[in-house]
Amino acid sequence: MSWQDVLFTVLKVLAVIGLITFVVLLLTYMERKALGRIQMRMGPMRTGFHGIFQPIADALKLLLKEDVTPSVRDKSAFWIAPLIVFVPAFILWITIPFTEDLVVRNLEYGIFYIIAVSVVAIVGILMASWGSNNKYALLGGARAAAQLISYELPIILVVLAVVMLAGTLDMREIVHAQGSYPYVYLQPLGLVIFLVAGLAELGRTPFDIPTAESEIVGGPYVEYSGMHWSMFFLAEYANTFAIGALGTVLFLGGWSGPLLPGVIWFAIKTSAIIMAIFWLRATLPRFRIDQLMTICWQFLIPLTFVNILLTGIYAFYGWPSWTMFLMSMALLVVSGGVVRLRQRARTAKFEEALKARREKLAT
Amino acid sequence: MTIDQSLDTVDMMLNMGPQHPSTHGVFRMVLTVDGENIVDVQPHIGYLHRGSEKLCEAEDYRQIVDLFDRLDYVSSFNNELPYVMAVEKLMGLEVPERAQYIRLIMCELNRIASHLLFYGAFGADCGAVTPFLYGFREREQMQSLFESVSGARMMHGYFRVGGVFRDLPDDFNQRLDSLLPMLEKGITECEALLSKNELFLERTLGVGVIDAETAIDFGVTGPNLRASGSTYDLRKDDPYLMYPDFDFNVPIGASGDCFDRYMVRMEEMWESLKIVKQAVARMPDGPIMAKTPRTLRPPKGDVYVRTENPRGEMGVYLVSDGKDKPHRIKMRTPSFCNLVALRHMLIGSYVADAVVILGSIDIVLGDVDR
Repeated sequence: MSWQDVLFTVLKVLAVIGLITFVVLLLTYMERKALGRIQMRMGPMRTGFHGIFQPIADALKLLLKEDVTPSVRDKSAFWIAPLIVFVPAFILWITIPFTEDLVVRNLEYGIFYIIAVSVVAIVGILMASWGSNNKYALLGGARAAAQLISYELPIILVVLAVVMLAGTLDMREIVHAQGSYPYVYLQPLGLVIFLVAGLAELGRTPFDIPTAESEIVGGPYVEYSGMHWSMFFLAEYANTFAIGALGTVLFLGGWSGPLLPGVIWFAIKTSAIIMAIFWLRATLPRFRIDQLMTICWQFLIPLTFVNILLTGIYAFYGWPSWTMFLMSMALLVVSGGVVRLRQRARTAKFEEALKARREKLAT
Repeated sequence: MTIDQSLDTVDMMLNMGPQHPSTHGVFRMVLTVDGENIVDVQPHIGYLHRGSEKLCEAEDYRQIVDLFDRLDYVSSFNNELPYVMAVEKLMGLEVPERAQYIRLIMCELNRIASHLLFYGAFGADCGAVTPFLYGFREREQMQSLFESVSGARMMHGYFRVGGVFRDLPDDFNQRLDSLLPMLEKGITECEALLSKNELFLERTLGVGVIDAETAIDFGVTGPNLRASGSTYDLRKDDPYLMYPDFDFNVPIGASGDCFDRYMVRMEEMWESLKIVKQAVARMPDGPIMAKTPRTLRPPKGDVYVRTENPRGEMGVYLVSDGKDKPHRIKMRTPSFCNLVALRHMLIGSYVADAVVILGSIDIVLGDVDR
């Protein structure tokens, strides 16, 4: 490798880091604006036109802030933890293709690499919770470990179904394989499971159990401040972006689309997924840890196995594509129906009990 | 190979509060947790103790009204009411009808405002961010109405011994006419956001259950008791003001869990709206103050008056020795008595439920600590 190649690679990596940082800043602004509009307020308005400089003001404030740390702590774990969360969130971008050519280095085992790298962050969160020597942090760390490890499984299994269809682990090839139609057509259930498990992986509402502001006040991050806290924060938003990008590449056909250039299509699709995540945050309360585990082990994982089975049958016999769509859709409708029926049954039970009580009082 | 040795576990002591976002003020719970399960809880109160009862003994009868404002600061009108009623009862004052109607309207509007605050805070306790803003939107309109009536957004100091401070402003009816439809729309929207939300049901159904008998044993009153299925409501059971003349229902719950406590309050808002509408239609003209002496000197004796606060039974026990200052005032505040049942509800639930259950009791720390 000549020195030009090395220089070029370094430049590309720096460009990606710059891009991700920019996108993260943009996302914080977008989230605050979107939340604001949903909650009938304006969001940030003071810094620049419609608060456009708010992310910069926030970043400056975090940089200049005094780093307050607990006096009793496991020093090494406490200081290394932000790095271990921060670095994977950025290096997984090496192989995500924004367009055909816009990728730092396309790996043959791209999706495998991304999943492997993203799991590392769990260690960082555990170290943060242990090193903080704080009980809220400890509870949050235990929750995070249980949640993140559990939800790796449905993500991996659902990605597996996509890989089975595409016949490759190469991210670019996966997009190419979606030439005539995106995989959301074959795997509507897959996309839903991917988004649910992705939300849990990110630890965002309704799965923000490890950080749960109203219960354990920030969980593993409770003792961090200033730049170290913002590293966790940056990582969280970079990961949000990553889930959006992965969903785009795996299910929505990546950069492909008519008329507009590929980058624009990629941005549109990614931001659609991210906006859905913000929307959910504004609407839903939080699950409890036992409910979260139930959803994962009793619901999502069996569904993903059935999904893999159906995908395997479809791919093996080479049926027409609409059969896969129908099978996946049917599974989605059935599982949605089960949730709905369960809710109806509960509400009915509640109303019945209330009616019985009122009748008893009336007589 | 089998492992026949069980793991050695240690219960962890988790201190929640007094600085914690979900303890609704400066309440402190010392939880003993086994992983995520709550084994025991030790509540600590008193961080907001101001000695209100003792302060009353050094104040003129007219000044004390403002001390009562500061007990349950989100439903001030409802706090002033039992106090002024106690003094009036002791002095045998006849309060003009118009003043009574004004008091009733204010109290019921205040009940709605208080429940809207509960709605927002409870949503936040469950982990949802938006209900807080939704609850506060209509509440803000009500606060500005209160301001136009009493001159203050909170701590109104509006009720006087013998009547009210001043008559309603001229545009009161217009403002109320625009406010009531707004409230109806707002409450409907609030309910749409939470009441049938599957996640919200998951978090609240069957959580923090308390049955009516136990609740009564603990001295729980108000919506918390009615959620357990009792119909105990002082507006019906020990009527005051003109409540018997009005047509309204007392909503009750079926099982006494967090969802019932939430739902009872949501339904109570509709009932309060009904009362306000009827009261405005029937409002008589006339004086707003009874004739009172320059210095209030209730005759020797004692009196206990209780009313239905948004949080439960608010009682005032007043002992007078015939001087211009009370000999002793005892405040029976609902939040304090309701909080007693917390331990019963908490033990055996999850850490995440702790804030939901506490939120569903709807305490105001100013009311607990006095």
